[in-house]
Amino acid sequence: MSVNDLYIVGDPIRDEKAPEGPINERWDKRRFSARLVNPANRRKLSVIMVGTGLAGASAAATLGEAGYNVVSFCYQDSPRRAHSIAAQGGINAAKNYRNDGDSIYRLFYDTVKGGDFRSRESNVYRLAQTSVEIIDQCVAQGVPFAREYGGLLDNRSFGGVQVSRTFYARGQTGQQLLLGAYQALERQVAAGTVEMHTRHEMLELIVVDGRARGIIVRDMVTGEIETHFADAVVLATGGYGNVFFLSTNAMGSNVTATWRAHRKGALFANPCYTQIHPTCIPVSGDYQSKLTLMSESLRNDGRIWVPKKHGDTRDPRQIPEDERDYYLERIYPSFGNLVPRDIASRAAKNVCDEGRGVGPSGLGVYLDFADAIGRMGRDVVKAKYGNLFDMYQRITGEDPYEVPMRIYPAVHYTMGGLWVDYDLQSTIPGLFVTGEANFSDHGANRLGASALMQGLADGYFVLPNTINDYLADAPFETLDESHPEVVAAKEQVTSRIDKLLSIQGSRTVDSFHRELGSLMWEYCGMERNEEGLTKAIERIRELRAEFWRDVKVLGTNDELNQALEKAGRVADFLELGELMCIDALHRRESCGGHFRSESQTEDGEALRHDDEFAYVAAWEFGGVDSKPVLHKENLEYEYVEMKQRSYK
Amino acid sequence: MNITLRVWRQKGPDDEGRMATYKLTDVSPDMSFLEMLDVLNEKLTLENEDPVAFDHDCREGICGACGVVIDGEAHGPERTTTCQLHMRSFKDGDTITVEPWRAKAFPVVKDLVVDRGAFDRIIQAGGYISAPTGTAPDAHANPIPKPDADRAFDAATCIGCGACVAACPNASSMLFTSAKVTHLGMLPQGQPERASRVVKMINQQDEEDFGGCTNIGECAAVCPVGIPLDTISQLNRDLLGSLSKGKG
Amino acid sequence: MANSTLTKKRSTAYGSTVALKAAMAVTGAILVLYLIAHMYGNLKVFSGQEAFDGYAHSLRELGYPLLPENGFLWIFRVVLLASVLIHIYAAVTLWARARRARPADQRYKVRKRVVRSYSSYTMRYGGLIILFFVIFHVLHLTTNDIAPGGASDSPYERLVRGFQPEFWYVTLFYVLSVIMVGLHLRHGIWSGLATLGANMSRRQGTLNAIALAIALIVTVGFLLPPLAVTFGLVS
Repeated sequence: MSVNDLYIVGDPIRDEKAPEGPINERWDKRRFSARLVNPANRRKLSVIMVGTGLAGASAAATLGEAGYNVVSFCYQDSPRRAHSIAAQGGINAAKNYRNDGDSIYRLFYDTVKGGDFRSRESNVYRLAQTSVEIIDQCVAQGVPFAREYGGLLDNRSFGGVQVSRTFYARGQTGQQLLLGAYQALERQVAAGTVEMHTRHEMLELIVVDGRARGIIVRDMVTGEIETHFADAVVLATGGYGNVFFLSTNAMGSNVTATWRAHRKGALFANPCYTQIHPTCIPVSGDYQSKLTLMSESLRNDGRIWVPKKHGDTRDPRQIPEDERDYYLERIYPSFGNLVPRDIASRAAKNVCDEGRGVGPSGLGVYLDFADAIGRMGRDVVKAKYGNLFDMYQRITGEDPYEVPMRIYPAVHYTMGGLWVDYDLQSTIPGLFVTGEANFSDHGANRLGASALMQGLADGYFVLPNTINDYLADAPFETLDESHPEVVAAKEQVTSRIDKLLSIQGSRTVDSFHRELGSLMWEYCGMERNEEGLTKAIERIRELRAEFWRDVKVLGTNDELNQALEKAGRVADFLELGELMCIDALHRRESCGGHFRSESQTEDGEALRHDDEFAYVAAWEFGGVDSKPVLHKENLEYEYVEMKQRSYK
Repeated sequence: MNITLRVWRQKGPDDEGRMATYKLTDVSPDMSFLEMLDVLNEKLTLENEDPVAFDHDCREGICGACGVVIDGEAHGPERTTTCQLHMRSFKDGDTITVEPWRAKAFPVVKDLVVDRGAFDRIIQAGGYISAPTGTAPDAHANPIPKPDADRAFDAATCIGCGACVAACPNASSMLFTSAKVTHLGMLPQGQPERASRVVKMINQQDEEDFGGCTNIGECAAVCPVGIPLDTISQLNRDLLGSLSKGKG
Repeated sequence: MANSTLTKKRSTAYGSTVALKAAMAVTGAILVLYLIAHMYGNLKVFSGQEAFDGYAHSLRELGYPLLPENGFLWIFRVVLLASVLIHIYAAVTLWARARRARPADQRYKVRKRVVRSYSSYTMRYGGLIILFFVIFHVLHLTTNDIAPGGASDSPYERLVRGFQPEFWYVTLFYVLSVIMVGLHLRHGIWSGLATLGANMSRRQGTLNAIALAIALIVTVGFLLPPLAVTFGLVS
């Protein structure tokens, strides 16, 4: 099986909506050229929002305030539980409150560079512009950001940048921002502009006459399959990191909504771009269900090391200084323990592959605070990191003040997602995609504290100023359930559910998910190569066939059936996984979170091939077990010069 | 470890429900409580028995989805969420009783899953600051004394899990409501709606058939994020203030 | 589960659980102040019959001639009775709401106390015992309709006769009831203060200490006179 047999190259694709001209005027230009909808007409238009995380709740609230009829869905029992809530670190904004040389341009520059030159300049600039308004909006809603004694907002430096532009709320920034958006959403629910459906999962997109016109959802309590129509559909359904089974995502995070849209014609861009976070608590056993992130800030004071000797199982405190390898400090003397996420992650993998990993599984490295405690005293360390230490102790049962922590990288964020234009509209007219679910702003690697920024930028400020251009043509033809496209979509959903329930094989859904996850982690994780990816694609295809032959889902559709929910999601992951591997295989360069072992410099660093791969890979669904079609969107850099990253 | 589980099983809202007993062998002390339930469910599925339904999502202690009563204590013996409870808190040979949150306002959906929509409706009633998108002044327009900001934050950390209701002998949601009232009431942005907010939220809370507070403190004692009990007193002050000003 | 319907049956919060609790707190405070005054009077028994009876009589003339004879006493009784009735009404209403909030078929199979005090358990049934005791107590020592050891016009005599060793069961009932009152105060004073908004993080310990102190003083202060009679220290 050669790479080229796996996919077909289609026509290139362009972002038709992106305005031209000076970069700082583009967003204004687009807001001006976008057609508006008269307030009286907004009442006649409806928008479906799927997902209630930062990107979904903020957009639903804002569109509701604007006067549209919003119908919002989430699979959780409350919109407040969306996984944005778990983000710890902070949110970037180019406020320059520190007077340390920050600016919109610098945030733009850092983000393009951090994304390893695989994102769009126009989008990133708009993100940086909008970041400023986000903070104002959140403060007005009552988000309790950290403050200094003078009563003004505190900032910190985050993710290796040289300015302090990160706003934070202790280690719970995501929670506080989400609750702000959630409260704004609930205010609109009470006002009657948003109709909220909790415990509803989107299972299909309805496309009529080429436009996204509604969705099919399953009421997860009664099993009822419902049809909902609207003039536009917005997916804010987050990332697909759970394809790896073990990730820092919530257990319910899934790709189903975006994957169903992909199958209906929306292009999926850069699926292989995955961010692997270096500081997570290692796996402790086969039963492990998820991984827990610990804030990157730990690397500011902790020192990362492994024993020099292979298979050294001594108590770490017994290993003398000269038998330790502080490998990040050794390889990257100028950045040391503060190298970017992808580099720190891969270095950890390398030392573990050499057999020098620590802990019961051998998949872990030490993050040692002994020096920090010696230098600053236990109390200072406790004040700075106490809550993280407590969390570590609760999960592992070890006291990190006494014994070095063990950490290992884990899948954290997916930069890829549905392809969208400058208006956040996918290739299906009327289908918009916001937040982590789209691919747009982070390129091949996301900077710390930028995910929250993008989710809220999309939801509060971008989508509400672009969706009107599409809705200006609405209302569209009234639909009812007898429309052939609707009947077909519904039939597809019910027959799939019936099929899942009728197989009654011998393996549980989780066993398939675990196996898929370990394949993805092994071959499409921190380091990828042609041989491994080819093997993974074969194995995934076999596994998918086996799943549809041998999965065991008990119970019926007419009840709360968590195994059935999971089965549908895993079935979609089994298709997505293959596309991720194909994307990773076709991109024969290393960039950002995507490291191909065939493409590295002499000293083992990532090597980009800008002449060949400076494009967005947007994949068209070609059918299950058929070849996907690659559409390339060329990336041009007018403002930032393309350079190879170096952290030595 | 070997564990005997007594779990509440209830097929749906109309089913009467009953306790069922299961035995689990080879439980690792490093497993989280929910991972132990995962293992139980894998086993039940392979034995053709319906797996136990329970709510969970982030498994990091922040989303508030999980929560069961373990041996009579909401979230079990440690002061944390059920997902962050580990089996090392139990002993080999223990019998563990697992029940859903119990309150009229939290009807059982299935097994250990309850409907906490009442919390959303309490927030809808007034648990927000009206700040339509785009209307905000600069974030530094309004400095907030650090102690106020910190207290607002302490209250704002509520994860909405419902343990306070589950633990309260009156099934009262006062700690939940007071956390939001305190969070927003400590901030200058929250002042314009302060007097009406507390009235609307309390009315909705009563409407949902939560009980009244008797200040015994079980709620704060089981709260996984440590919402302080004195937020309830702050709510009371705000409400009585509204009533005495005729704004009730 | 669409949850977009907010019911708006309650438009004011004057009948809310919190307002009812506040009514209990205010009436409870009146009753506590009364108890302290009552206890002070009781302790006069140790100054002899004359002092005790004189004190009892003086209550009838308090405020005289501004008020008619017994006027103060009656105002006092009306206020007390109103307080008791409001206290009971609010308690019963809240009790009913609490029962509705967790109906009988939703009780836990296993229940564990985490921090709650023993006294908080006794509030409702203890309150009933106290109510029963108060009725008995008024019939015994105020109206003297129940008169163990014989009726008398002297309050001192009623006290001494009623708590003679042969009426040990009267004394026992009295002692148990006073302990119940103490428990009621231990939680009630703390709870009332918290309900009226006095609890702040650093004060929680102080408020509980105040509640405990008043409860102990009142309990001991009320137990001394009858026990002194029973054990022959006062005759």
